[in-house]
Amino acid sequence: MLRMKLPTILVGVAVSVLWVAAPAQAEDITVTIDNFAFTPQNVTVKPGTKVTWINHDDIPHSVASGTQGLRSKALDTDQSFSFTFTTPGTFKYFCGLHPHMTGSIVVEGTTGSAAPQ
Amino acid sequence: MTTHDDGPSRRKVLECMTWAGTGVLWTIAGGVPASLGIIDGALAEEPKGFTFLQISDSHMGFDKPANPNAKGTLEEAIARARTIPNRPAFMIHTGDISHLSKASEFDDAEKIISQARLDVHYVPGEHDIIDEDRGRLYMARYGRGTRGFGYYSFDANGVHFIGLVNVVDLKGGGLGYLGAEQLAWLENDLKGRSASQPIVVFAHIPLWTVYPEWGWGTDDGAQALGYLKRFGSVTVLNGHIHQVMQKVEGNVTFHTARSTAFPQPAPGTAPSPGPMKVADDKLRTLLGIADITFKQNEQRLAIVDTPLKS
Ligand SMILES: [Cu+2]
Repeated sequence: MLRMKLPTILVGVAVSVLWVAAPAQAEDITVTIDNFAFTPQNVTVKPGTKVTWINHDDIPHSVASGTQGLRSKALDTDQSFSFTFTTPGTFKYFCGLHPHMTGSIVVEGTTGSAAPQ
Repeated sequence: MTTHDDGPSRRKVLECMTWAGTGVLWTIAGGVPASLGIIDGALAEEPKGFTFLQISDSHMGFDKPANPNAKGTLEEAIARARTIPNRPAFMIHTGDISHLSKASEFDDAEKIISQARLDVHYVPGEHDIIDEDRGRLYMARYGRGTRGFGYYSFDANGVHFIGLVNVVDLKGGGLGYLGAEQLAWLENDLKGRSASQPIVVFAHIPLWTVYPEWGWGTDDGAQALGYLKRFGSVTVLNGHIHQVMQKVEGNVTFHTARSTAFPQPAPGTAPSPGPMKVADDKLRTLLGIADITFKQNEQRLAIVDTPLKS
């Protein structure tokens, strides 16, 4: 009985450590689209951050880029699109309908899994 | 209604007209366009010529405060088109037929525009290619006999018409975009044509730089215009900016049409180019159609912008 239980406890501890660490690293953020502009236009985030774009204009906009998956359908008024950034780097994007609208997400950190505290 | 003193320089007059927003009559003599002045309403006393219509930016499906009834105003525009005494040969639609590229929006547009009983030559706006498959619906309806994402040319009454697409594959930080393939096609399409043949080029986003801060221009538009330099009479018709703008540069006359759906602000006069909400009784003075006439014997070209309500 005792021998069976021990590994279970260890697994439980390991999982909870990871789970506690995650929110401190990546707080979800929102980029609003108002008056044909992304606000904030440039944001720096931690790896694992979910970014949500929401369109407040009377005209559809979109999120387009050369990054796999970082491309929304046209967002009508009050529609939104989310993308979780896992890899460090600078991700530039623009509106596919109005490409003069641009923005960027900078994902901090080294490429290793042990993020500095 | 704005009036102008006689005698200011042509450029000055053109600038004024840009904002007066009524009709304007052009003469082409010896390859140099000259303005005859603002005209009010239709070309009542003018000799008949070859006429075609331009409508633009119908935005079927738009229902925001700037105009909750875009269907109604398109119907009014088409009704207006039917009252033109010198029946137009055909219509061109310079894009943004729909607001969100929905099949139902294209259906509504078709139902209303067909009431004009005219052939319609379309080019897409950026709002017409935002369906799941990025333009499949547009191409299925309007793309027959076209190349790429819907560009083509045709001849009518000795005039060569070229419909270009500058809303596809737009580049981050850029403006409208034609692309190398379309430009090569254009160069070839113009090859061997007599420089005396009048040319009409139409596309959604202005091919000339109107206001880059709002994206009102085409990155590689100058290259397209370069191929047109040798022609004596070139008319460039665009939409997208939902207001009348005119410019003359050498032998090229640039013109943008009003929308039938909602007005947009003059460059730099608002925080963004988004739909402009105006008083209800003013809306129809800012929406409308354009009526373009070639008087071939007189080498004459006239563009008349007719608002839904003057
Ligand atoms: Cu946009």
